[in-house]
Amino acid sequence: MAISQQELAERKADNRRRGWQIFAIWLVLTVITDYLVWFVWGPHMPPGTMTTTAAAQQFDFKFLTAMVVPVLFMVWVYGGYVLVNFRAKPGDRGDGIVLTGNRKIQGIWYVASTVMVLFLAGFGTFELIANNGIGTGGGPSPIWTPSAKSPLVIQVIAQQWRFTYRWPQFGGMETTSLDLPTNTTVKFDVTSLDVIHDFWAYQLGVKADANPGVNNVAYTTTTSQVGRFTVRCDELCGIWHGAMYNYGHVVTRSAFYNWAHQMQVQNAGVTKLLPPFSLTYTPSYSGAGGGYYPSYDPNGSTQTY
Amino acid sequence: MGIVLVSAAAAVGLILFGIFGYLRTYPPTVSAVASSTQPNTVNLTMQVDGAVGTGPHPNWVGWYIKNGAGKWVRTTLVQIPERSYVHVTVLEYDSGGPLRNEYWGKVSGTVGGVVNLNGKSVSVLNGATGNGIAHTIVAPGLNLAVPVWGVNGQASNFCQTGPCGPSEAHNVETFTFYSGATTHTYRWQCFIPCGVGYLNGNGGPMSATGYMAGFFKVVA
Amino acid sequence: MAVEMTPVSGVKSPSGSRADGLKFVKPWFTGNFFTALIGGAIGYAFGHWLGNAIASGYTVTINSGYNDVATYLSLLFGIVGWFVGLGALNYPIQKLLGLEPLEPAKSEKRTFWEHWTYSTDHKVVGVQYLFGMLLYFLVAGLLALGIRTELLSPTYHIWAPETYIEIVGEHGTMMMMMMTSVVMGPFGNFLIPLMIGSKKMAFPRLEAVSFWFTVPSFLILLSALWQGGFQSGWTGYAPLSIQGGPGQSDYDVAFMLMAFSMILASINMTATIINYRAPGMRWSRMPILAWGLITTAFTMLLSVPVLIDGLYVMGLDRAVRTAMLYAGHGGSSFLWENLFWFFGHPEVYLLALPGFALTTELLPVFARKPIFAYKTSAAGMIGVATLSFFVWQHHLFMSGMNPDMRPLFMLTTELISIPTGFLYLVAMGTLWKGKIRLEVPMLFLLAVFWNFLWGGVTGVYNSDVPVDALVHGSFFVMAHFHFTIMGQLMFAVFAGVYYYVPLLFGVKMNDKLGKISFWIIFISFNSTFLPLFMIGLLGQPRRVFEYAVRLQHLNQWVTVSAYVLGFGILLYVINLVWSLAVTRTPSEPNPWESQGLEWQVGYPVPKDNFEKIPVVLRSPYYYGYENPGPIADLDPSAERVAVVSGGDE
Repeated sequence: MAISQQELAERKADNRRRGWQIFAIWLVLTVITDYLVWFVWGPHMPPGTMTTTAAAQQFDFKFLTAMVVPVLFMVWVYGGYVLVNFRAKPGDRGDGIVLTGNRKIQGIWYVASTVMVLFLAGFGTFELIANNGIGTGGGPSPIWTPSAKSPLVIQVIAQQWRFTYRWPQFGGMETTSLDLPTNTTVKFDVTSLDVIHDFWAYQLGVKADANPGVNNVAYTTTTSQVGRFTVRCDELCGIWHGAMYNYGHVVTRSAFYNWAHQMQVQNAGVTKLLPPFSLTYTPSYSGAGGGYYPSYDPNGSTQTY
Repeated sequence: MGIVLVSAAAAVGLILFGIFGYLRTYPPTVSAVASSTQPNTVNLTMQVDGAVGTGPHPNWVGWYIKNGAGKWVRTTLVQIPERSYVHVTVLEYDSGGPLRNEYWGKVSGTVGGVVNLNGKSVSVLNGATGNGIAHTIVAPGLNLAVPVWGVNGQASNFCQTGPCGPSEAHNVETFTFYSGATTHTYRWQCFIPCGVGYLNGNGGPMSATGYMAGFFKVVA
Repeated sequence: MAVEMTPVSGVKSPSGSRADGLKFVKPWFTGNFFTALIGGAIGYAFGHWLGNAIASGYTVTINSGYNDVATYLSLLFGIVGWFVGLGALNYPIQKLLGLEPLEPAKSEKRTFWEHWTYSTDHKVVGVQYLFGMLLYFLVAGLLALGIRTELLSPTYHIWAPETYIEIVGEHGTMMMMMMTSVVMGPFGNFLIPLMIGSKKMAFPRLEAVSFWFTVPSFLILLSALWQGGFQSGWTGYAPLSIQGGPGQSDYDVAFMLMAFSMILASINMTATIINYRAPGMRWSRMPILAWGLITTAFTMLLSVPVLIDGLYVMGLDRAVRTAMLYAGHGGSSFLWENLFWFFGHPEVYLLALPGFALTTELLPVFARKPIFAYKTSAAGMIGVATLSFFVWQHHLFMSGMNPDMRPLFMLTTELISIPTGFLYLVAMGTLWKGKIRLEVPMLFLLAVFWNFLWGGVTGVYNSDVPVDALVHGSFFVMAHFHFTIMGQLMFAVFAGVYYYVPLLFGVKMNDKLGKISFWIIFISFNSTFLPLFMIGLLGQPRRVFEYAVRLQHLNQWVTVSAYVLGFGILLYVINLVWSLAVTRTPSEPNPWESQGLEWQVGYPVPKDNFEKIPVVLRSPYYYGYENPGPIADLDPSAERVAVVSGGDE
């Protein structure tokens, strides 16, 4: 326990020297890796740039990765250094130095981690608001909405085990396929007819839970990029959860209107059987509800599907 | 002690083998029968009953499929060849009702976009009228959606348990679909909430292969 | 402090008066695993009969083909029967009748048989827990291999789709509910009295019952596989869980039993650590494992009742068709999500904290240094536990529930990184200029920090709403929590078991085999779960049996790694069992040269741990001190006790 002033000074100098060594290795590795993350991997990061929200998600992912790299290397470089230098020699059954704390190091650690965490939370909040909910479900009446006057409205109806899409601006038709025009702001009204599902259009950067009896709104804006995107159910919904996917396309505006018109004609027969467009649908107890609950319907006056 | 441990390990292995063997239990797969008259065509005959009458859940709704020997097999797994037309005959013995989503009353993915219901060609069925729709055959991967019209549940010759016979009340629905150029295992299911007694009608038979959930296995 | 609670004096031991000829039949009257099984079966049959008598005529029963009332009643009566058969009710009933029950005789020599009985000896319960937890872990792990086998191919299906979902749910539920006790059960029960200088746990009967709740819980959960399983996964989201068949009721009841076990164990743990510390065992000298477990226990006490509430509501919705979780009749599916995650998020820290406590406890022994920033370490754990109650909505960022509150929950979630970071600070400081001994437990400890780093940094991705929009519900999240729970907790447990086997059983595990199994486990673990981050980022949702064809090679790589991982764990277990049953290489009394109080009593641990309540003189982490002196006076004079306890008693 008792160590002299001189020993203490030597130990301090040694600590400082080793500290700089670790810092130098860390700095080099961090700079190189962050460069690679940002410029080499960055442009290829998921989920791509098909829509504004997807691009924003890609940017945020890239940003966080660049922030995480220094943390990873701090632990790795330190750990590697310590294991190489402070490993007990074979046969050495001695103990290490007595060191029960270091106010300076601890203080720096507390402050640095707090600053970093607060910055990340602020950054996340800014990105969430600046991107109008960044493609996530914002509840029935989101407070962050895009400025576009009249977005294309698509109702996503999740049911066990398929998504169907309803188009209030196209005569209330319903389809199983999903095409979107380029350069358009799209409003997804996501709801469910039975259990909780989740509408995840991967390349579009849209993800919103489909809750029974709830309208969950998500916005995105397509860019001039055309192509195919995947829609998957992202919340466990039973036996066919894994098979509950379909593909959609972003197409040019004229192609989209052609497709929509064709769908309207094709579906005319069934569209008139559908109930009026509504933001949510409560189940009918007249036989289409499975008879789990008794047949009287306390919600009898509301719109049933 | 070593011997005891080894034999214990062997016993554990056997138990595991048994458990996983049990979990692997699948309904049998029935192959569609090649047509003797038309090329590139197979025939598939299915019946759907209000109560299958056998197995661990005799009162669940479920399908029977006719195998090559002309026997009814209680399964929903069908093997069909690729690049062929599948000519399906559905014998429907169950009562019907409204759909949870009336969109599924629309026929799609069949040749001509129609089905033949008791000799009449139809493209949309309205489940809110008449006997209603009993079941649907929907295979999203094949873009196939076929509603099947129900029979009157009060009929005197209504089939109580399967497999049902020709003398009992039924509808005959036929349609043809193309199996596509790729080999794949396509799921198919019913979109009528017919799991009666389960919330939303989607539990029980709706969530079990061999009853209302199945596969079309398209093979080379 | 240090209350002496020996059995009522003046009561004679019954052993002398029993005829030896009764030895064979005796176990059947004192209660054990097998009598409990019989009792459980009788109760089950009665409950089933009662349920059918009540509800077999209900329309919904006739239509659905199963009777949920009977399922619930049979399980509930089965549990009562189980505990009657176990003899757990003998003591309270005798007390009610005004009799003075005899304490069972304790012995120093452990027998194989007593581990099958309802024992109130904390050392027996600790060992019961250890093997129970290992069994649960291995069964659930095997199910994970079943999942990976299915994912070998995007299109060919090994399992029927419903079976696949059942296996996924079974694996998840078993791991998440059972592993909450993997540290508190074995290590907490066995070691805490030894570490704090007590002769026993505060409530030995609660202790025994907390273990014996886990067994029927496991059996019921497993039995769901034979009843069509449950398709709602471990999260049991309503209304999907209301839709399920009898397997879902098994989930409901099994989870509830495990919840009771957690609550009872936590009551016991808090009471013991607060009240049963030996004189001189100040809060500032307490082993860090005790800090971790008391923090965990408080967190459990506050969060688990919410789960029980939720499960009860689910049970009502299922058995008597209330509609609390169903939107169609005025309930809400959000209710379950809130109740579940209000338990569920603290729960994942209930899994992480004991792992960290165990890791931090063992680290100084192998670094040969005192713990760096001891107070920071305790503060870190308390900080994590406190914050864990304010983050549950981050599971529901996409749900559309309270969307405007998301910045708040993003903040609270990210704040947790600060106290979590403390634990890294402590570990890194502890290693600095140590004399690091790379023995097998230390390898596992170092791996904990490697693994948890991945889990920790990816947690930041999940907590950030914009990035969560990409990764929520995907394999990325799945990889994240396997790194934090399996990579951290289970590695810590592997280290702990290896480290404490000499104390528990007086034998050493095989070092060579230990090293081989470590490297296999470590490498294959990373090779299994690191690619899963990529798979998730590339768009594969969780719990699917069909996925994009382009992801097949990655998935196959993961599956093969998972098999190797399974083999590595098997090797570790074989090493354990073989060392205990076959080689039995005796260990020296304190093979790791630990200064902890628990190592001072020697093997076999005396029946009352300490002949006299010891007086603790210093912290257990005086590594590197020239003359640290003994950690405790094991044979204190009366004056010394009075001096140390400061005359406050």
